[in-house]
Amino acid sequence: MLKEAKIKKICKRFGNDRTRMMDIVREIQQEFGYVPPKYYDLIAREANTHRVEVQSVVSFYTFLSDRKKGKIIIRLCEDIIDKMAGADEVAAAFERELGIAFGETTDDGKFSLEWTACIGMSDQAPAALANDTVLTNLTPEKVPEIIQALKKKADPQVLVTECGDGNNADQLIQTMVQNNICERGEVLLGDYDLEAGLRKAIEKTPEEVIEDVKNSGLRGRGGAGFLVGLKWEFTRNAPGEDKYILCNADEGEPGTFKDRVLLTERPDLVFEGMTVAAFAIGAQTGIVYLRAEYAYLRAFLEDVLNRRRAAGLLGNNICGKDGFNFDIRIQMGAGAYICGEESSLISSCEGMRGDPSDRPPFPAIAGYRVAPTAVNNVESYCCATRVMDKGADWFSGIGTEKSAGTKLLSVCGDCERPGIYELPFGVTVNELLKKVGAEDAAAMQVGGPSGQMINPSQFDRAISFEDLPTGGSIMVFNKQRDLLEVVEAFMEFFAEEDCGYCVPCRVGNVLLLNRLKQIRNGKGVTEDMDYLEKLGKATKRMSRCGLGQTSPNPILSTLENFRPIYTEVVRDNTSGLQKSFDVLEAMEQANEVTGRQSVLFHA
Amino acid sequence: MSKPKVATTSLAGCFGCHMSLLDIDDRILQLIDLVDFDKSPIDDIKTFTDRCAIGLIEGGCCNEENVHVLQEFRKHCDVLISFGDCATMGGIPAMRNNIPLAECFDEAYRTGVTVYNPDGIVPNDPDLPLLLDKVYPAHEVVKIDYFLPGCPPSADTLWAALTALLTGQPVELPYELLKYD
Repeated sequence: MLKEAKIKKICKRFGNDRTRMMDIVREIQQEFGYVPPKYYDLIAREANTHRVEVQSVVSFYTFLSDRKKGKIIIRLCEDIIDKMAGADEVAAAFERELGIAFGETTDDGKFSLEWTACIGMSDQAPAALANDTVLTNLTPEKVPEIIQALKKKADPQVLVTECGDGNNADQLIQTMVQNNICERGEVLLGDYDLEAGLRKAIEKTPEEVIEDVKNSGLRGRGGAGFLVGLKWEFTRNAPGEDKYILCNADEGEPGTFKDRVLLTERPDLVFEGMTVAAFAIGAQTGIVYLRAEYAYLRAFLEDVLNRRRAAGLLGNNICGKDGFNFDIRIQMGAGAYICGEESSLISSCEGMRGDPSDRPPFPAIAGYRVAPTAVNNVESYCCATRVMDKGADWFSGIGTEKSAGTKLLSVCGDCERPGIYELPFGVTVNELLKKVGAEDAAAMQVGGPSGQMINPSQFDRAISFEDLPTGGSIMVFNKQRDLLEVVEAFMEFFAEEDCGYCVPCRVGNVLLLNRLKQIRNGKGVTEDMDYLEKLGKATKRMSRCGLGQTSPNPILSTLENFRPIYTEVVRDNTSGLQKSFDVLEAMEQANEVTGRQSVLFHA
Repeated sequence: MSKPKVATTSLAGCFGCHMSLLDIDDRILQLIDLVDFDKSPIDDIKTFTDRCAIGLIEGGCCNEENVHVLQEFRKHCDVLISFGDCATMGGIPAMRNNIPLAECFDEAYRTGVTVYNPDGIVPNDPDLPLLLDKVYPAHEVVKIDYFLPGCPPSADTLWAALTALLTGQPVELPYELLKYD
């Protein structure tokens, strides 16, 4: 078939709908290995939009490309936890084996090597994606075998010789990923009755359901901790016929992998929670925004959805309730951390770049397709299902006064037992460290790079919204680690992942990173700490969305909690000359062009 | 008591900021009651004769001589002020910052559409200062104490800032002196 015809067919499959641009270009990429720029006009015409819309989507997302890449793209996770576990050595082995550097494609067009941000496998690092297949616990020794196998058969799935535990071994998943569930709590990972929550919910009125969720004290699990019941109430009361339920499964915060485990082991709880929300709010359409890194879960999740449709738990007249119609589709992401921010997530679901939007109006008033939309985290929906089954009082009886229930924590880094821990809110850092086997920890990053780094004198603090909030990411560092290196890695991440829309974030993060690098290179002066603090605070205050409002945290929290790591390396500037400026280096190009040396400065 | 000294220089600038300084008109008489000028294009003193209270820097650093002069200013002045956008952030000259130096030379002396240079000779006298790889704002080369934005900062802005510093008052620049449209 002609390429044009193929593209037309793909566009048609998605209703020639420009709001499905993500799906359209993803399919085209799957078909051709990239999205050929010469077809941008055609795609735009077929999808009733403009060329620039197509181009901006393709250029925005890391997993989309306008250049032909290898048949197999190996994306190695560059997260600091993976680096600590030896990702650099693994990278060198890949480069050696394939004879190309990262960012390049082999001449035969078979392989590309790329770095990528956290892929949600920090408990089994170093990890990589070979197309959609996850490779965990990599070592330089394993690399030659991997490449040999892939050269023999260009299907990364051949690398999965042994499946992980639980549903990871399901016929539709077949991955080497391990759940590493180390502690089950009573809300999420303990035993539960399928459908019980939903069936109890539809016995009530939508208002009563919302009242229950409010009374349970359930707060959003993505990190910000907004009251879920209140959000549902706003969405229900917002004017509009069509309302939407969105599930944020774009867990991109480095070190977070708890939604991965929920989607693997508790998909019904997630979908049931969304259905409960739909009932409460009066929505007919639900979307799960699944990050591209978890594409290996897609077939399995689609199957669960089909099963639920067949059982009358999705579709028309759900559970026999007349007029209760609701269905869920899965929207694949394409590798953009910013899409975990709810307004960016909505932009992405609408087939655009993942740019955040101004608030107000909040999504509850004008979200997806400018209609009232409830966006909640995977874990929040699971909790809501359980609240419906066991009651608000049961839920609010767990945890602390202002943080009800349990929290799913994903722990990684320097500890004996990295993995998933479901613990009641209020657990102290010391208790957690004991469980994970890291009593000698020197620092803990709570809430991922956008959270804060705390020192041992703060280990008696409690994981909760009122003290130490976290979306789930817990990274442990021992005293051998160079914390400035960690901070730099986090800032690199933000500088890479910011969407580029607003100046404070786009420029601020890069300036912060540059100054940090200077300090690490021994060119720092005492005033630099002041500079970092002022610029960091300005970036936080002036940025448009949650990314820039939290991205300086690695620097600001270490300046506060680990000041010596800075004071040890900066020096007083007594001469007034900037150490970071090297005049001889600045003249190197001129030396080459003119063929002479400086009379003033070359001694 | 002898009057405090002021030095000024124009590095990679267009002298527009110095013109703006002269725009204080007859207030220059009041200024010389307050200060003596040391090294400055205004009196054509080439080298520092004494320690100065204030150094006014116009322009960023585009070549080695700029760097040398700026470092001399840092050594001889108590307070350095970047005045004007070029000193503060590179300004127009910094438009070449994304282009490798060799390409800039080619464009300027060989391939530019208005260039007539059949022998393709690029000026390279030993007396010509070497260009830097890019144009640096002054504060990336030495520590700068104050910044006066504007292209150029208006005479009133300069007057307000200088008199405040020289009389030991806090520098207060009202909105009117810092808006440009």
